[in-house]
This record gives sequence, structure tokens and C-alpha cells, in this order.
Amino acid sequence: MQYILLIYSDENCWTEEESEACYKKSRAISEALTAQGKLISSAPLHPITSATSLRVRNGKQQITDGPFAETTEQLGGYYIVDVDNLDQALEIAASLPPAKKGTVEVRPIMQLNELN
Amino acid sequence: MPQADPHNQHLAQLYQEQSAKVLATLVRLLGDFDLAEEAMHEAFSVALQAWKENGVPANPTAWLISTGRFKAIDNLRRKKRIAKLEPDIQQLITDLEEHNKHVNQQEIEDDQLRMIFTCCHPAINIQVQIPLTLREVCGLTTEEIASAYLVTPATMAQRIVRGKNKIKRTNIPFVIPQAADLPDRIDAVLSVIYLIFNEGYAASSGNLLCKVNLSNEAIRLCRLVLSLLPDSEVMGLLALMLLHESRREARVDEQGNIVLLAEQNRALWRPDLIAEGVALVQQALATQNIGTYTIQAAIASIHAQSTTSTDWQQIIELYDLLMKVDPSPVVELNRAVAVAMRSGPQAGLEIIEGISAQGKLNHYHKLHSTQGELLARIGDLPAAIKAFEMALSLVKQIPEKRYLQQKLTQHKKTINDKI
Repeated sequence: MQYILLIYSDENCWTEEESEACYKKSRAISEALTAQGKLISSAPLHPITSATSLRVRNGKQQITDGPFAETTEQLGGYYIVDVDNLDQALEIAASLPPAKKGTVEVRPIMQLNELN
Repeated sequence: MPQADPHNQHLAQLYQEQSAKVLATLVRLLGDFDLAEEAMHEAFSVALQAWKENGVPANPTAWLISTGRFKAIDNLRRKKRIAKLEPDIQQLITDLEEHNKHVNQQEIEDDQLRMIFTCCHPAINIQVQIPLTLREVCGLTTEEIASAYLVTPATMAQRIVRGKNKIKRTNIPFVIPQAADLPDRIDAVLSVIYLIFNEGYAASSGNLLCKVNLSNEAIRLCRLVLSLLPDSEVMGLLALMLLHESRREARVDEQGNIVLLAEQNRALWRPDLIAEGVALVQQALATQNIGTYTIQAAIASIHAQSTTSTDWQQIIELYDLLMKVDPSPVVELNRAVAVAMRSGPQAGLEIIEGISAQGKLNHYHKLHSTQGELLARIGDLPAAIKAFEMALSLVKQIPEKRYLQQKLTQHKKTINDKI
């Protein structure tokens, strides 16, 4: 079963050293998961200042800079993993460095054939 | 089902005793709550006829599981014919057919434990964990749970469906957690049990007549968990609930007014429950693995055993320990009461002022009523009245409201009499 692990944290509360250590640890986790055949994909995201939001209303595109609302935690990266059950997905989530600073949201991914 | 038929009555009793066990094993075998429930109900309706003709088998649980398994295979075959697209179904049928026909006692017990951990999985909202556990582990009907929580059966059914969907969609495993996760997961189970107990304990102080006694359900559930998993905190929680329960009759008077511990008629306390609770506390303390429930139970056991005077020093020491293990402003407040009992009201008031100054618990009525009580004891009645009025504005429960009003009337009268 596939799960997406969405990593949220306050971008401003990471020092450069912490970010560096986080990338290093995350890379190691990704490599380990790949070796176990559990990783579908994973990546960090550029900071929220690089975000562009788009909405289509009445046939017109509204494109704005950044996210819609100021939130304390921003989406900073993700993992898509293929594991047996929620407990295994939670175990991976708990091992991610940002779990200690922010929040990791674990969501099961719907397979397109589930939609009939 | 005609009520008078003794066979049906016997079956109804067996249903109550066996349904949760049968369901737990069927959930493991089938990997699906709905399929398992369907199979279990069919197994019981087969039993209704078969047992009438041939008598109840020696091991009704095993008989029901085996029948449920066959019924599930039939149901799956039918579903396979309708929905050809599900390749998993054939695999499940094959697995079920190959599965050992006889489920042993240990497996049945483990399945019950798996069911408890699944229903109390922290990924499920606590408001959903509670009814899910009452239904799938305690075997209560949705209607019974709804009436106990004063919501409509439709609302309760929705909550239970939400829980089952969460289990299914997120694939919460039907397992006993690994050793590393076990303490946290036991905590989750224990908090569900304690919430059920407290709901029952609070409800009985109102004027509610309820078919289901939630406190008894919580005690029964805790006994079940203890029999499956002899952990010191499970013992501690069972002890705590038994000690609370032992005073149920004494804590309200005939008018439904609250009677404080010190003024309770001890003849109304249940010595059997106290004896069992005290023994469990000692057993839990002896394990050296002492947690929050065990400490709270140890405090309750001192109160339960003190007939003439209470050892407040020992109670304070237990609160100190509790502050280390599970610190909270409520514990601090209770400790303040014990300090007031040992060293006088002024000492208690100073601690309460400290809690208040930190902005904690200012909306908790007990902070103000305790303050009022201690202020009255040092003779500062105007300040006491102010504190009781504050408590009264915050309290929601009717018996507590009445209690505070009595206090206010009494102190106002004292002031007037002096003038």
C-alpha cells in the first residue's frame, strides 16, 4: 500500500547547519528505503517564497505569488513509500528529522483503479 | 425472537459472551470488519437452529468461528461472481479454505488483544476510538452506546463507520504492537478505558437512567485487558476504577447532592471493591514499573483505608511522585489540598495562588471552589464568597452547581448573623 508523507515545518526555525544535517539524514533514509524496495519517490521542496498559486474562477486564471494564507508550518518536502500498513508508514515518518520540529502528515494514496 | 424461550435466552447470553471473541478472530481471518460482522451474524443465526436440534457444542466459540469462516467463503464466492474485477477475493477464499480449521485458545485471546489495539489506535480520533471499542470489543449495540452518550443512534452509527473507514482506508494493521511501541499503545488503550469509566461515573450523578452502565463496562474491559496483558499500569487503572467505584453510593445523598470524601458515610463504601483495589495497587507497586494510574490508585487506596485519620504526608509524597511522572496543573491543585490538610489552609492557598499566577486553570471551577473552601477555613468569608461565585459561574454539572450554591448561602448567612 502506498502512503505519502507530507512534511510540514516552520522554514524559519532551521539554521543552516540543521538544514544541512537534515538533508544528509534524509538522503540516507531515502537510500535505505530504496534498498528495501519501499521508496517510490522523495524530494525536498524549494522554500515557500518560490511558490505560485493558481485558481481558475469563471474560466479565468488567477495566479498569485506564494500561498493563500500565512501559516506557521509550510510544506517542505515529501516521501511516497510502499509499505504493508499504516504502522510501517508511521515508523518511517517518525524517523524523519523534521518530525522533531514540525509535523509529518501521513496519507494513504488512492489507486486510480479504486475509483472504478 | 420470543423472550420466554429458554433456548433463545441461552443463545442471547452466549451471543453477549462470545460475539466479541468470534468477531475478533474473523476480522483477522478476513481482514475486513464488514465481512467479519456479516459472517458472525450468519454464524449466530445458523447456531440458533443447529443448537436447538443438536444442543450447544462443547466449544461454542470455536464452532461459531468455524461456521463464520464457511459463511464468509460463501459470501465471498457470491461477491466474486458479482464483481469479477477483484483479484484479491480468490486469494482470500483460498487462504480461508486452507486455514487451519481449529483456532486455538491462545489465538482467540491474541485476536481479542489485536482488536483492542486496533480500535484504540492513536491514528483514530479519540471520540471514535471510544464507541468503536465499546462496540467491537465490549459487544454493545450502536443503540446502547448512543443512549449512554446521549446522541442519536444515527450519529453514533456514523462515528463507528468513520472509525471502520479509517482502519480500512489507511490500512491500520490488526496486530499486537511491537515491544518498542507497546508502552505508548497501552497508554492509548488505558485512556480510552478511563474515559469510558469517567463518562459513566459522571452520568450517574445526574438524574439519568441509562441501560448501559459505562463504569461497569470500563471495569470489565480493563479486567479483560489485564487477563490478556498483565502490565502494571493496567493493574493500576483497574485498581483506580475499583476504588472510585467503591464509593459510588456514598458520593451523592438522597437528594442527589454531592457529599465530599471527608463527610461520606463509610458504611456505604464497598469493602469488596476496596480490598480488590488495594491488593492490585500493592501488586502494581511491587513491579517497580510505576506509572500515573498506579500512583493515582495508591492515593485513592490511602483514602479508602483511612478510617479515623489520613496519612497526608504519604499522600503529598505520592503527589510529588505524580508531578514527576505526569505533571499537570490539576495534579498541582490536588497536591495543594493535601498540603492544606497537613500544614493548614494558608499553605494550600499559597500553592493555589502560584497555580493561578501562572494563568493555568483559571477557567477550572475546582481551582476557585478549592480556594473558596480554604479561604473560608482561615475565616476570610468575603474572599471565600467571591471565589465560590467565580466557581459557580464556571461549573456546568447540576449537582456541583447545587453544592456551590449551598456553600454560598451558608457563608452569606454567617456574615449576616455576625452583623
